[in-house]
Amino acid sequence: MFDKDKLKKIEEEKRKWEGVYKTCKATNRRCITVSGEEVNPLYSPADIANIDFSKDIAFPGEFPYTRGIRTNMYRGRLWTMRQFSGMGTPRQTNERYHFLLQRGQTGLSVAFDLPTLMGYDSDHPRSLGEVGVCGVAVDSLKDMEIIFDGISLDKISTSMTINAPASILFAMYIAVGEKQGISSEKLTGTIQNDILKEYIAQKEWIFPPLPHMRLITDVMAFSSRHVPKWNTISISGYHIREAGATAVQELAFTLADGFAYVEAGIKAGLDVDDFAPRLSFFFNSHLDFFEEIAKYRAARRIWARHMRERYKAKKEESWLLRFHTQTAGCSLTAQQPENNIARTAFEALAAVLGGTQSLHTNSMDESWALPSEKAVQIALRTQQLIAFETGVANTIDPLAGSYYVESLTNKMEEEAEKYFAEIERRGGVLKGIEEGYFQREIAEAAYRYQKEIESKDRIVVGINDFLIQDEKIEIPILKVDPEVEKKQVQAIKKVKTERDNDKVKRSLENLKKVVQGTDNTMPAILECVRCYATEGEIVEVMKSVFGEYVEPPLI
Amino acid sequence: MRKKYRILLAKPGLDGHDRGIKVVAAALRDAGFEVIYTGLRQTAEMIVEAAIQEDVDAIGMSILSGAHMTLFPAVLDLLKKRKCEHILVFGGGIIPDEDISKLEKKGVGKLFTPGATTGEIIEYLKKALKEGRKEEAVF
Repeated sequence: MFDKDKLKKIEEEKRKWEGVYKTCKATNRRCITVSGEEVNPLYSPADIANIDFSKDIAFPGEFPYTRGIRTNMYRGRLWTMRQFSGMGTPRQTNERYHFLLQRGQTGLSVAFDLPTLMGYDSDHPRSLGEVGVCGVAVDSLKDMEIIFDGISLDKISTSMTINAPASILFAMYIAVGEKQGISSEKLTGTIQNDILKEYIAQKEWIFPPLPHMRLITDVMAFSSRHVPKWNTISISGYHIREAGATAVQELAFTLADGFAYVEAGIKAGLDVDDFAPRLSFFFNSHLDFFEEIAKYRAARRIWARHMRERYKAKKEESWLLRFHTQTAGCSLTAQQPENNIARTAFEALAAVLGGTQSLHTNSMDESWALPSEKAVQIALRTQQLIAFETGVANTIDPLAGSYYVESLTNKMEEEAEKYFAEIERRGGVLKGIEEGYFQREIAEAAYRYQKEIESKDRIVVGINDFLIQDEKIEIPILKVDPEVEKKQVQAIKKVKTERDNDKVKRSLENLKKVVQGTDNTMPAILECVRCYATEGEIVEVMKSVFGEYVEPPLI
Repeated sequence: MRKKYRILLAKPGLDGHDRGIKVVAAALRDAGFEVIYTGLRQTAEMIVEAAIQEDVDAIGMSILSGAHMTLFPAVLDLLKKRKCEHILVFGGGIIPDEDISKLEKKGVGKLFTPGATTGEIIEYLKKALKEGRKEEAVF
């Protein structure tokens, strides 16, 4: 980046500065990142001397997209403000969506309850106590019709956080579109559908890895023909980070998962350029401002390089790493919850400076419960403040050229490459999962982080410093009505008496045949959901063929 | 001299968030406890069975899903049925204060909420288990 003589002079001056620096009285505060990495007190041109601007940074919308995937970034369109939301009954969730849309939200994001995520109907014994608690309960197409009541699916994009049973909920969404008279070609949105990170971090799997990978490639193939604007996988680092990973681990494990999906697609006989443009990503934004920004910049560069050079993708869209961001739930404190508004704002700002395509900002009360209306409104307003009042969206990638940010971006890429090599050496992602490699790496990082807090090497406001004795929580905490479970169980009974049960039986039998064979499962699943077969019934059919996964307990 | 305290750590229900329980497991192990971790998705029956088989002094359950009012009492009831009420049941998770007092009345030991340190958990267990035993365990 700099000519040799100038660089020599800068290095001399830096040494001089370091001489003086060492004589200054230093803080005894440990200067480490959220990931526990030591950083230098100062960066200079010497730290980025090896950068080749055109090759490594370049212009936005140009390879390797370090500065953003679009030529004009937020000058063209702001990021989508998309609050992850769902609770109680489908009707309550529908009301919350109308509230958010009316307040200026620009996309929907569905949070399902644990039974739905795990493929159990609300009346299953394992669902007891969990119905509608962590998200909305969905058993059949009927529930999805209610959730999107009054919301036209061709006017909004919807993201659904659903993994193990993703193809079923995706089919229900397509069927809701059909009922609204909207063809599947027009639907826009995302299903998370990222099972690898479930085994690694979030732990909501149903079947063993191989059948799950088949369901995913089925969705990829089906969508490329019938739902071309749909993001078929949201390859997620979010949960990996929440489980305790460092920023580099989040970056490396997520992209390694991404490569594994690309390889699975190619192995299933698909052309990489047919499905890669619909792969999207989902990252965490934690509190270490510059570390996070560097992570997003490095992620784009790594993905572009690997897609073009290693997987020989020819379409530009296949090289683009498009991503959603959520601020770090694990950074929130139950103590002095109002402080979480500020934490979330810093994290959201990092995501925007890192060039995110969409963003969820956590609410201050989420260490306690699902957010109240008031709390979620403040969270949404935080995004609107960043977009319209701070001015940061006016200039594209404004931190490019910062000695620190560029140097950190390089370091992130280098460290991630080391992890890719290690994963390769261990025989790939599935092998790593089987051996508990990722799970162990993450658990160790989480334990290290906790020890740093307990030894006060890391200060967390309200947790190990700046405490308020006998603090009273003064914000409202949302409670899910315990009647939800009863209501949902009644609703499922009603659906089962009103539907054509012979048709349901036939569609489930047909599904079983398809699952046993090698045909794409999506059309058969669609047939099942259209006649109101429940999620649990469909999953039971699949379990009877695929079996269930049990994780060996690792500590 | 009696053997080390044996603790069964369990994740009941459908919740898969195991960061907390794994940190606690590592901390208890480092503090000299014997830790048995059940893994995920345990029913009350599986947890109580494992606790009896492993002859543990305490069961620690982590619940972040909001299903604590169903899952803690289920384990207590089964322990009672199996006449194993001497086994201490404690836990952690996102549990509101009013639910904590209700659960304590039912016989659950201490419940640790976000922000609690592993140090507090270790101190609590040492104290609570010592009271339940004639001789002190080795560490």
